[in-house]
Amino acid sequence: MTHTDIHAYLAEFEDIPGTRVFTAKRARQGYHLNQFAMSLMKPENRERFKADERAYLDEWAISEEAKLAVLARDYNALLDMGGNIYFLSKLFSTDGIAFAEAVSTMTNMSWPEYRQMMLDGGRSPEGVRSIREGR
Amino acid sequence: MARITAGVGSSHVPLLGVAHDQGKERDDYFGPIFAGYDWTREWEKQEKPDVVILVYNDHASAFDMKFIPTFAIGCGERYAPADEGWGPRKVPDVIGHPDLAWHIAQSLILDEFDMTIINEMDVDHGLTVPLSMMFGKCEAWPTTVIPLAVNVVTYPPPSGKRCWALGEAIARAVESFPQDLNVQIWGTGGMSHQLQGARAGLINPEWDNRFLDLLEANDDAVRHIPHIEYLRETGSEGIEMVMWLIMRGALGQRVKTLHRHYHVPCSNTAIGHIVLVPS
Repeated sequence: MTHTDIHAYLAEFEDIPGTRVFTAKRARQGYHLNQFAMSLMKPENRERFKADERAYLDEWAISEEAKLAVLARDYNALLDMGGNIYFLSKLFSTDGIAFAEAVSTMTNMSWPEYRQMMLDGGRSPEGVRSIREGR
Repeated sequence: MARITAGVGSSHVPLLGVAHDQGKERDDYFGPIFAGYDWTREWEKQEKPDVVILVYNDHASAFDMKFIPTFAIGCGERYAPADEGWGPRKVPDVIGHPDLAWHIAQSLILDEFDMTIINEMDVDHGLTVPLSMMFGKCEAWPTTVIPLAVNVVTYPPPSGKRCWALGEAIARAVESFPQDLNVQIWGTGGMSHQLQGARAGLINPEWDNRFLDLLEANDDAVRHIPHIEYLRETGSEGIEMVMWLIMRGALGQRVKTLHRHYHVPCSNTAIGHIVLVPS
């Protein structure tokens, strides 16, 4: 059994551009945010949220900053605050928008531009593998 | 005696379930994806597996942040399709195989894989989309299913080496089950995709195809790929491919490829599919 150095293992994740790996640190930070998003799996909760988003958010132990990011649907900010994409996707479905469209809002592209990029074969890994090594 | 007769790898993109359920399988966008599964649908009709051990990950449907099992095995009688926000998919309930599942769970624990045991849960697109891809529309699924859920959401997921070794242990467990059963093992998820951040939309066909080549090879080199390589080369959600290694590990060192398919794109994702048999 080879031993993996956990510090080196985690440090490498910070070297990937435009990516937040869902580490334990992020899972702890975003716990209530993700559980809030999970609650939108239930139709009755979706209705209550849609009726008054702010009031619904106030029932959860999440920071004011995170509440504002939810209201603004600022997904990059939510990822920075420990949101996980599979949990945040409950918010996309509540809004009735396609997964890929929500994903496009995290890039510097419009939804039609992003969709076209995917039809053309997606984003090349060239230059976005490693910040340190610039490859 | 029960035996593992084949391994199947497949993406499980939720949009494929939508396309299937809405009758869009042959349109311009989805046609080339589903065409790559025609061979497998015919083959499955001949093979008639009694049980499929279906390795997949839950996408915040049955499991939330309260419990995060690394490896969990479904020992229940049946599983309903999960409501993932638009109501459950209108596909049949998944019928379990509690006798074999409990046998595998016990064997794995004695073999030092400390499994989580699930008796009741709903199953999301990670499990039902591969069933639709392989069997098409049906009144009832033509096989029983043992769900094997892997955490690939919260880091760290299990290593490729550990996944391969779990596959080997599953094969030993199946072989020691007294009833004569035709068992397949499926590994699902992937291939390259990133659903988050500025790098979203990453697709790496060269790497994906090299991964398929490594699965076809008669050695275990593929088990040694570290997490960071999946992440850098195939996007943050490409890590799901470690689940294919549980399937591959269960087939033994030597395999023969019966079918292989690759297509870009499906939504944000590269579609990969492979059918292997032990040789």
